[in-house]
Amino acid sequence: MTRHLLSAGDLDHAEALTVLDTAAELRALADRPIKKLPTLRGRTVVNLFFEDSTRTRISFEAAAKRLSADVITFSAKGSSVSKGESLKDTALTLQAMGADAVVVRHESSGAPHRLAASGWVDGSVVNAGDGTHEHPTQALLDAFTLRRHLAAGTGDLDGRRVTIVGDVLHSRVARSNALLLSTLGAEVTMVAPPTLLPVGIDSWPVSTSYDLDASLAKCDAVMMLRVQRERGADGGFFPSAREYSRRYGIDARRMALLPDHAVVLHPGPMNRGVEISAEVADSERSVIVEQVRNGVAVRMAVLYLLLSGASEPTPEASPALAPESEQ
Amino acid sequence: MVRAHSTERVVLDDRDVARALTRIAHEILERNRGSDDLVLLGIPRRGVPLARRIAARIAQVEGTEVPVGSLDVTMYRDDLRLRPARALEHTDLPSCGVEGRVVVLVDDVLFSGRTVRSALDALHDLGRPRAVRLAVLVDRGHRELPVRADFVGKNLPTSLVESVRVSVAEVDGSDAVSIAGAAAAGRAVTGATEGAGSAGATGRAR
Repeated sequence: MTRHLLSAGDLDHAEALTVLDTAAELRALADRPIKKLPTLRGRTVVNLFFEDSTRTRISFEAAAKRLSADVITFSAKGSSVSKGESLKDTALTLQAMGADAVVVRHESSGAPHRLAASGWVDGSVVNAGDGTHEHPTQALLDAFTLRRHLAAGTGDLDGRRVTIVGDVLHSRVARSNALLLSTLGAEVTMVAPPTLLPVGIDSWPVSTSYDLDASLAKCDAVMMLRVQRERGADGGFFPSAREYSRRYGIDARRMALLPDHAVVLHPGPMNRGVEISAEVADSERSVIVEQVRNGVAVRMAVLYLLLSGASEPTPEASPALAPESEQ
Repeated sequence: MVRAHSTERVVLDDRDVARALTRIAHEILERNRGSDDLVLLGIPRRGVPLARRIAARIAQVEGTEVPVGSLDVTMYRDDLRLRPARALEHTDLPSCGVEGRVVVLVDDVLFSGRTVRSALDALHDLGRPRAVRLAVLVDRGHRELPVRADFVGKNLPTSLVESVRVSVAEVDGSDAVSIAGAAAAGRAVTGATEGAGSAGATGRAR
């Protein structure tokens, strides 16, 4: 794996499968009496959150702690950032503290890339969501969840049809999923009002549609995106929340259009009654709570793969990934 | 990889391996006075099929099924930072767990003892066995930790520049134990002078 995880597009097919396979083994840890592994003992993971987040921050924190890393959580509120400190100065502070990995969430697209490319920090940078750009670990946990339900938990998603619905324009989850799911062989369809499809979507590895009902009937999974009001998604992109909900929200009637095996995903937090009705969110089809659980396993896998190995094989180490290469 | 193969010397063939496993099964039963409370845990990859075969032999002798599982020790290794991150193997505990049981760890080669140390740590996180024993097909010496096997298929004195390769039918297609490296190469013209870690992708290097 590369040293940083900035985009879901950084992962090729084999690397993506390595993350998912590792996560599958780590998921079993949650069932054990001692939910902890000593693997990252003595290493420091800094969660650098410039933007509000509940599940991603908690998920990364749980993942790092279960691998025995020391976790420092930094949120912009209540820090010197509110006094006007720049990203660079914050990064240099973290560097002075010896962070081995920096998990960064930022409201500006490209902030993690800046952090990784600038040389301000030596550690690995993990993108935990940047602006409207990418959220690769969310895509990994979505792929992991899909694989469990659609591919018996192994291999890739070859030929599976995934429909992603809603505010594609503002969604970093949609971007990362488009890249990762197509790497894994899935056929992705984006369904949204024309105003909420970004310019240049024709260059994405996806097809697009404005007709939700027609897409639902032939998909294996549907992923509802949150209408991102904090990014201005209700400011003139559609006439009213009620109309949006009628045309692009999923309710019991639409859920009945899905094939029997299909599942419903949502990256959270949900706007119940807008893009998803409470009935659907709480139904058996919904794997939303499972997504959260899988998120910890996937983030453990990412931290393990980024942090545990030497970046260069040492002279006496065998070149292959062979786990049995030393007794 | 090619060189290592070309200078390989087979020290145990499939029948030798079968005999060694049968003897280990009997020794385990003798030591434990039967199969009560036994749990066999193989260390991936080649320890797992070996554990299953020992369990099958115990079933033949005693007529009882001994629970078998696998224990991946990757996350507990002490050399994780020395080499690229490795994929994890499967950990699969029998439903009875390890609490209060006599756990026999099964591996193919005992060398530095570091894998066994990792396995003991992994086991510690899973419960508290009444006793832990160690069964290996080959003990090649050169311990770096105070670890000793309870049941050994074959003691194989080696030099550090040699590598021991165990093939198991379930993984490699056939059963065999062979040595490659300087000693074997001494008789060949092209001496393999590489040290540890050169035995190729399928083998136990070092």
